[in-house]
Amino acid sequence: MAGYILKRAVFNLGVMFVVVTLTFFLMRLLPGDPFTTRRVAPEIKDNILARYGLNQPLVTQYTGYLYNLARLDLGPSLKYPGRSVNDIIKESFPVSATVGLLALLLSIVLGVSLGVASAALRNKWPDRLVLVLATLGMSVPNFALGAGLIYIFALKLRWLPAAMSTSPVGLVLPALTLAALPAAIIVRLVRTEMIEALDRDYIVAARARGLNSCSVLFRHALPNALSGMVHYLSPLAATLLTGSFIVEKIFALPGLGQYYVTSVGNRDYNLVAGVTIFYTFVLLVSTFLADVLIFLINPQSRVRDEVT
Amino acid sequence: MNKLTRLFIYIFLVVLAAGCSPSKPAPNQTVRQTIRYNIGAEPATLDPALSNGVTEQTLENALLEGLVRMDRDGNPSPGIAKSWEVSEDGKTYIFTLRESTWTDGEPLTAEDFVYSWRRVLDPETASPYAYQLYYLVNGEAFNAGKVKDPAEVGVRAEGKDKLIVTLTEPVPYFLSLTAFPTLFPVNKKAVDKDGAGWAQNPATFTGNGPFKLTAWEHNKQFILEKNERYWDQESVRLKSLVVTLVDDSNTELAMFESGQIDIAETPPYREVERLAKSNLLKLSPDLSNEFYMFNTNLPPFDDVRVRQALSLAIDREALVSKVTMGGEKAAYAFVPPGVNGPAPGQEFRSLDEKLIAGFNPAEARKLLAEAGYPEGRGFPKVKLLLSNNQNHRPVAEALTGMWKETLGIEAEIIEQEYKVYFRTLDERDYQVARVGWNADYNDPMTFLDLWETDGPNNQADWSNEEYDRLLEEARLAKDPGARMDAFLRAEKILMDEQPVMPVYYYTNPYLENDNIQGVIHPSFAFFADFKWASVN
Repeated sequence: MAGYILKRAVFNLGVMFVVVTLTFFLMRLLPGDPFTTRRVAPEIKDNILARYGLNQPLVTQYTGYLYNLARLDLGPSLKYPGRSVNDIIKESFPVSATVGLLALLLSIVLGVSLGVASAALRNKWPDRLVLVLATLGMSVPNFALGAGLIYIFALKLRWLPAAMSTSPVGLVLPALTLAALPAAIIVRLVRTEMIEALDRDYIVAARARGLNSCSVLFRHALPNALSGMVHYLSPLAATLLTGSFIVEKIFALPGLGQYYVTSVGNRDYNLVAGVTIFYTFVLLVSTFLADVLIFLINPQSRVRDEVT
Repeated sequence: MNKLTRLFIYIFLVVLAAGCSPSKPAPNQTVRQTIRYNIGAEPATLDPALSNGVTEQTLENALLEGLVRMDRDGNPSPGIAKSWEVSEDGKTYIFTLRESTWTDGEPLTAEDFVYSWRRVLDPETASPYAYQLYYLVNGEAFNAGKVKDPAEVGVRAEGKDKLIVTLTEPVPYFLSLTAFPTLFPVNKKAVDKDGAGWAQNPATFTGNGPFKLTAWEHNKQFILEKNERYWDQESVRLKSLVVTLVDDSNTELAMFESGQIDIAETPPYREVERLAKSNLLKLSPDLSNEFYMFNTNLPPFDDVRVRQALSLAIDREALVSKVTMGGEKAAYAFVPPGVNGPAPGQEFRSLDEKLIAGFNPAEARKLLAEAGYPEGRGFPKVKLLLSNNQNHRPVAEALTGMWKETLGIEAEIIEQEYKVYFRTLDERDYQVARVGWNADYNDPMTFLDLWETDGPNNQADWSNEEYDRLLEEARLAKDPGARMDAFLRAEKILMDEQPVMPVYYYTNPYLENDNIQGVIHPSFAFFADFKWASVN
């Protein structure tokens, strides 16, 4: 296990290095720079570029960036003078992570329970209803769902605040909006795999031996049906925890997700690189944890994992 | 697994229950002198030397105060300066400062202004608006690194309360400019402690304005409270001001309609018409315009008849009443209404409102035929450049539709991301481009000096000797009447030649509850001034 972890760590470091390098150079290839606007006289622009070292040769900037990164310093934001990228991530990530975690739990709970129920009652009306809901969850875009939820719960019923609330109750609508799509995907994954598992010989045999159907469902069929979901969960967890641009915008949450879009528009090189590196880091960690989880649920997967 | 399933179901029920339990929104706290105001996206900084946006400036104007402050009518009223004298030649200003203190209790002196202005011009500060102080003797040279000694810049203190400013030329709007954030004082002790970081943190932010900074939750809200040490604190009736940072205009509207905020700065374009019926929508003047700029290097746009024909072919009244519908006014000149004229209370636009003809299809077709394109035959397909903004496209589509209908000209709309668009303009890689402009200060110069030969923002590459001469004449004019006359003659040349085709003047629509009073919505530089605001 220790050797495996070490191998994975080295591999992941390599991935991070590639991501850092690509982000650094791709951003600088984009037209415009952080300070492209009208009204800026050339001498003013020179002063600004000098202040952030952007007038130096690209190689110098790159090695300087790597040197700081090795000390876990993501540099100053170019859009928000006086704030470091580290600070921005430190402040905004907990907000995204809270909403994301809620959404993650919600989508697992909804997805697994409805998926199992749906498979158990295959082709009966509850199954059909779940499938209709899942299709809706996959096809309604989250900005429409979010706006609809605000309209119903905040403007018409006045049960929940329209936006800007980081109290537990205020997080319900954003979490629900975020959870809809992954819940729908999990329902379909679990349902398909459950149906497949339920048709296997050993389940048929277990039933024939007279085991009650609950025990068959949860003890025998479900563990086999979960590994597909867990594989899906690792990128999902990374995406949900690091925030969503649209959901944060609609519900005015001070999270990390907005920076994926605004930092590129602002050409805030350091912030773009910072959030990208951070996202990659969370993704690699959650992939690793998912692999460990699969290993624990189903030891057979050990062989496959050790190959990677 | 059974336990896990039960846990799942349990969590599911708890979440459901939480979602269903009714929670009423807090009742409007009309008794307390608090305004909840949504300003939009997070400001980049509150350091007046480093900021260049209206959001930043609005907050800075609440937290800091310059030599003067703009009153309700947009005229300079005494701020930290209680009086001032201007020399005969208009180049020297002597300000007398009142006794006042910073929020930390230390006295504010003339030396603070000297420090702050030199800081703006210091190349190391890299202030994006440093040019607002280029009027000072050696201001530009010091900023460009050509003059090294800050003492050579035209600002000095004499004792604690005298500030002496020397300009390179008379600048009639210089006094008003001292109400602009770039010229606000900043606290040296605070800046020395933490470079640009001082203005990011309520603990280190030291101000001198009507309000003090109590909290800044990034991307969420600011909390400002009345500054008891402000020199004119008797005039400040608000106890606190909560400034929320909601960027999405639909969400902002939902918050306004559900009573979460009192003032909404940017109601969604498409809702303006509906909201206008509710009486809560208000319009304040805005010193800004929208126009289409021609690349005058390129045929056929190098032909003045073509430019005039394209302008005569558009129905501006239809554009504002049927397409934009946000309270805009059709523009038949370049300088917007509200810009100061020859005398107080007399706008520049009142001298002559209409410098170009309105919609005239027959004349447009005639001019285009004279230019060699009868009924649009042989006219190349026009490429119309926009920066991508959901509000620009509908106007451009309506406008190109009018060109096609009246002149038989085909056009293609090209949208580019904001920064790409600017580079395209800079490289002159465009034919016609949509541009918006807003004032830096209240004077026709801020609109007209754009089109001087080789001006940094003259991407039309238009050049006219007489135009340049008239602006120079205006710069040197001592008499306000003669100055405005020179501006008007210059503007007439601009509108005859039309390197730029004005479309409309903006207004600023906002939502404000009826119980709010005394909030000033200035026509430029700031969204709102809360010094004299109160809640009924």
